[in-house]
Amino acid sequence: MERIITYLFYFIVFPGLLFTAVAGLLVSWIDRKVTARVQYRAGPPWYQNFADFFKLLGKETIVPEGATGSGFLTSPLIGLAGITLVSTIVWVINLGFVSSFVGDVIVVLYLLTLPSLAVILGASASKNPVAGVGASREMKLVLGYELPFVLAMVVPILKSGGILRLDGLLAYQVKSGPFLYSISGVIAFIIAIICMQAKLTLVPFDIPEAETEIMTGAYVEYSGPALAIFKLTKAMMLFALPVFLITVFWGGLHFNSPVNGIQAVLKYIILLVIIILIRNTNPRLRIDQAMKLFWGRLTVWAIVGIFFAVAGL
Amino acid sequence: MKLKIWGLKKSIWVFHVSSGACNNCDIEVLNCLTPKFDIERFGMVLVGSVRHADVLLCCGCVTKQTAPRIKRLYEQAAKPCFVVAVGGCACSGGIFRHGYNFAGPYDKIIPVHAYIPGCPPKPEAIIAGAVKLLSTLK
Repeated sequence: MERIITYLFYFIVFPGLLFTAVAGLLVSWIDRKVTARVQYRAGPPWYQNFADFFKLLGKETIVPEGATGSGFLTSPLIGLAGITLVSTIVWVINLGFVSSFVGDVIVVLYLLTLPSLAVILGASASKNPVAGVGASREMKLVLGYELPFVLAMVVPILKSGGILRLDGLLAYQVKSGPFLYSISGVIAFIIAIICMQAKLTLVPFDIPEAETEIMTGAYVEYSGPALAIFKLTKAMMLFALPVFLITVFWGGLHFNSPVNGIQAVLKYIILLVIIILIRNTNPRLRIDQAMKLFWGRLTVWAIVGIFFAVAGL
Repeated sequence: MKLKIWGLKKSIWVFHVSSGACNNCDIEVLNCLTPKFDIERFGMVLVGSVRHADVLLCCGCVTKQTAPRIKRLYEQAAKPCFVVAVGGCACSGGIFRHGYNFAGPYDKIIPVHAYIPGCPPKPEAIIAGAVKLLSTLK
């Protein structure tokens, strides 16, 4: 019984839903602010995303005529549950609260597709042609980036000699240095960053949303709390995904001493800045260009990375 | 309840409705987004879908062709949603008020919460109008 309460606490308060939501909303403010500064604008105040969230919670939810109401309204929750679980698993292991289980890397990889699946489900349920276009693009994008992303994740597993546990990977990196500091690690990390950009559906991979083209695509019919949950999911992904990559490739986050704590925050900020800079210096790709990039060049490089990893480089 | 109003005041998402304007007001609306005025400072963002909108920023005189569509747009927006008429044509019909195709100013079709006159109104005037609208919220 006590165990269940502890796990529920992990899931709902810290480091799960509440912590990730607050951190995610703050982090996506940094994203907006830096974007504004890049464009010589002043940018919104720090509480902007909280104001957006509370405003959307107070608005009316409209289920469009002909839409499948249950699918339309439950899909945001599916995405939120998925990303909350990812964040909980990754943080709990990083902070050393509980030990992990065999195969949790695979579980996290599966759960990371849940937000995308939720978007596809919700958009398809909304019976809007523009949302349908967004859903089909999202589907193609998922098919595209999953292959190089999984191949990139194979590299650290191979290098550690087949460890499929996140805490095992962390312990290995503490012992013999992060995977990032090797040729195969660098290749896999760069590929993972590009795939992360696509998972976050940020420019140049904002193809399913494409505000100027298909009016936020998949979200076009959403309003009120449902939209708020989608926005929250995206903000939480911006917080949780870089942490996952740091855990797998870059030695994880440790807070056992002030130096380590600063190091952990710096690692996260570096990844965040890379995301924001990619986002602000690239035009949007077409879906066929994105597919060519993921299944062509990136997959080839990921396989090269695996060869390097097998060779022990 | 208070939180809701606070959020609404600090985060206004604008949907731009143009019912056949001469494009002058539209350009001034876009001008608000430029680095010089940057309405994102106040949390205002231009959105592409009317379902996300808190404010319908309406430009142009309403013609018989666009009147039913504007009514439908207003019905599609999630409430609370405010309507701001920008420019002389949207407020009163302007020089087109005697036209054969004129279907009345905006407030004849949908409830209008704020009027910003001018041909076209300056970006400063648009921001001032938005601030005045928000200060009436309680």
